[in-house]
Amino acid sequence: MSTSDSWLRQVLAEARAAGDPSRLAAAVPYAQTMGISLLLAPGGPHAGELLGVMRFGEHLIGNPVLPALHGGALCALLESTAIFQLLWESELSATPRTIGLTVEYLRSGRPVDTFARGMPTRQGRRVTNVRVEAWQDDRSRPIAVASAHFLVHSDEGPAKLEI
Amino acid sequence: MSDERLDAEDLNRLRELGQRFMRAVPHNNALGLELRSVGEGRAEIFLPYDLRLVGNPETGVLHGGAISALIDACCGAAVFQALRKPMAIATLDLRIDYLKPAAPGVGVTARAHCYKVTRHVAFVRGVAFLDHEDDPIATSAGTFMLGTRTTSRTEGAT
Repeated sequence: MSTSDSWLRQVLAEARAAGDPSRLAAAVPYAQTMGISLLLAPGGPHAGELLGVMRFGEHLIGNPVLPALHGGALCALLESTAIFQLLWESELSATPRTIGLTVEYLRSGRPVDTFARGMPTRQGRRVTNVRVEAWQDDRSRPIAVASAHFLVHSDEGPAKLEI
Repeated sequence: MSDERLDAEDLNRLRELGQRFMRAVPHNNALGLELRSVGEGRAEIFLPYDLRLVGNPETGVLHGGAISALIDACCGAAVFQALRKPMAIATLDLRIDYLKPAAPGVGVTARAHCYKVTRHVAFVRGVAFLDHEDDPIATSAGTFMLGTRTTSRTEGAT
């Protein structure tokens, strides 16, 4: 990781030692502001799996009439979850930098907690492709999905995109 | 970003609609988004620098998610400016490319242009930059559904 990533390396080590991924999210001011955190799925077929969660708050509303979550907030949950998951589950030598992502909005986001989980579809030496899904009550009915490319190579290059 | 085909009254109406739209959306308010200008099918929105929106506390650079939300909001505002009458809209899809990082201590400006409106769908391009539009930090292309029902949960997010 580059020098500007040293804080993250330390936070990641502490979070892993404590077995508590929420510490990783808590170190990122934007995630705190949004109410985005991480948890390990408590039980069922996905027990122990790392999940992103965005706790509902009025500040996430994009359509006050329905009401519905803001598309930008869902986009942030999907992107953050993918990055946190790559950090937590891979031994990367650099913080993943988002190259691009496409978000598809399938259902209106209701004013409740939203969960997300990424599936790395192709992990190359320089680029990783991740498909991320967000859902609310029913994991089999995603409300938004994203496909994203991240630069994960370790060379010290020019300016880095931060998480 | 005025349009010569619109008279002053039209422009005032569009501006007022746009500002109402910003104030009425809690997430836009939470990010501190400022509607800077509107035109026919166009909008410019500013995201002020805010420590609460930082992604990397060591560099102080804004999180990509805040910039995504800015672009989404700006694209939505541009769609509103392209509609003949106000109606509910919902993002269908949005692609964002990140060209370079934002800079610490600096806010981000987004501009979006809704260049095509059909009966059901609006098509929008957007760009986010620090100083100059020709030196963007992110570019986007998106589509929005028009006239989404206000009581349904089957359509996309706003």
